[in-house]
Amino acid sequence: MDLKRMGNQTVVFANPPVILSSYSVVGPKEGQGPLGKTFSKVWKDQLNGEKSWEFAESKMLREALEGAIAQVNVPSGHIDFMLAGDLLNQMISSNFAARQLALPFIGIYGACSTMALGMALGSMLIDGGFARYVLVGVSSHHDTAERQFRAPTEHGTQRAMSAQWTVTGAGSVLLGQTGVGPRITSATLGRVVDYAESNVNNMGSAMAPAVADTILNHLHDLHRHPADYDLIASGDLGAVGLALAGEVLKQSGRDMGTGFTDCGVMIFDANQDVHAGASGCGCSAVVFAGNIMQRIKAGELKRVLLVGSGALHSSTSALQGESIPGIGHAVVIEA
Amino acid sequence: MANQSSRQPTITVTPEQYKSLAQQYTPKPTVVKNVVRAFFVGGIICVIGQIIINLFVIAGLNRIDASTAATATMIFLGAMLTGLGVYDEIGKFGGAGSIVPITGFANSIVAPAMEFKREGYVLGVGAKLFTVAGPVLVYGIATSIVVGIVYFFLH
Repeated sequence: MDLKRMGNQTVVFANPPVILSSYSVVGPKEGQGPLGKTFSKVWKDQLNGEKSWEFAESKMLREALEGAIAQVNVPSGHIDFMLAGDLLNQMISSNFAARQLALPFIGIYGACSTMALGMALGSMLIDGGFARYVLVGVSSHHDTAERQFRAPTEHGTQRAMSAQWTVTGAGSVLLGQTGVGPRITSATLGRVVDYAESNVNNMGSAMAPAVADTILNHLHDLHRHPADYDLIASGDLGAVGLALAGEVLKQSGRDMGTGFTDCGVMIFDANQDVHAGASGCGCSAVVFAGNIMQRIKAGELKRVLLVGSGALHSSTSALQGESIPGIGHAVVIEA
Repeated sequence: MANQSSRQPTITVTPEQYKSLAQQYTPKPTVVKNVVRAFFVGGIICVIGQIIINLFVIAGLNRIDASTAATATMIFLGAMLTGLGVYDEIGKFGGAGSIVPITGFANSIVAPAMEFKREGYVLGVGAKLFTVAGPVLVYGIATSIVVGIVYFFLH
């Protein structure tokens, strides 16, 4: 049997799936950021007429998924799978969005790495011959995350300088077996790596070794160098994690050069008071679906490595003294 | 295409080395700025409390009753500013200066009440009202009991 595996952790697609469309919906703060104009839709407020943050997040995800479908001429009955995930307990945003879309649904959890994970799995389903079209979408919402992981939203506290701001946003892509658009050519699924960071206000530091591990294995598996990519974007380590991942890779013999950045650093300006940058499933999803897809389509980027990064803890495990395990999943997108 | 290479790429940084790297790259808390802001914000809140006590005294209450009335007034103001969505901004700026006074305690009760109202008045507001203030109440009351027992035996 001809395995489509290369090296330690990488799969290479024989018939690379096509990203037929992408759609992003964000909250007002993200809309005011430097990438504001690249998003498909910007909400005027965090609730958008819904009665709770959770309902709003689920609606946002649904809008992103439906937006991706609406852009191409694919009847929704032809979509074989929907892969979606979010940060909330039991993934309610995804489950309730899936209830409306009525597609065969696989819920996935990779914390903030979920978008890259979904794109990798969706591509495997298509290249494996199990699907013609796969819809992938993820969401996060600042206020649902605050109340689940931290404190009630109106509680007056100061955030740590290393803390990251959860993005209110939902992004989605529709993958197809054939068609016109950028292609997902390979994927490197990450290992869970834990370097004993236990500070929940420093998740970039918790995830950086996992991202470094995935990038190291990816480059090794495909015999490539960082310079082979026009852009390597982690999502979302924030400023602290990005610097740490770069340093760890350098000490491990891989100098990442100038093409290494992070979706959590790109989405907000320094004056938006987010401290170390952004986080949340939605962050890398909307930056990819918006900014990065536009730059690929414009011909500016030929080959991109998107490395989703997830902090796989819960508020319970953190209170019980466990450290934060990290994970990184990488997908290669080529024009 | 099958290519089963042996494992080798693993980051060469040890957990100990990573710990010191992480410390080096993590921004330090802005202690001096926080302390100065806390001093002024906390001070301003206390000055407002004192003005209210003085007004109650002018209005005819004795000192003890004026203090009690002023405390209730400050709790009301803290709760109202939380409801208006202002107190979390004060808290972000003032830190401990806005958490320690009684207005901060009001904020820590009203914020969960607002947050969990969507899950109903019994299992939402009722069950989660003290998620933030709970520790203060538990250990505040426990301490007062211990101090009370000590006081009882000393006198």
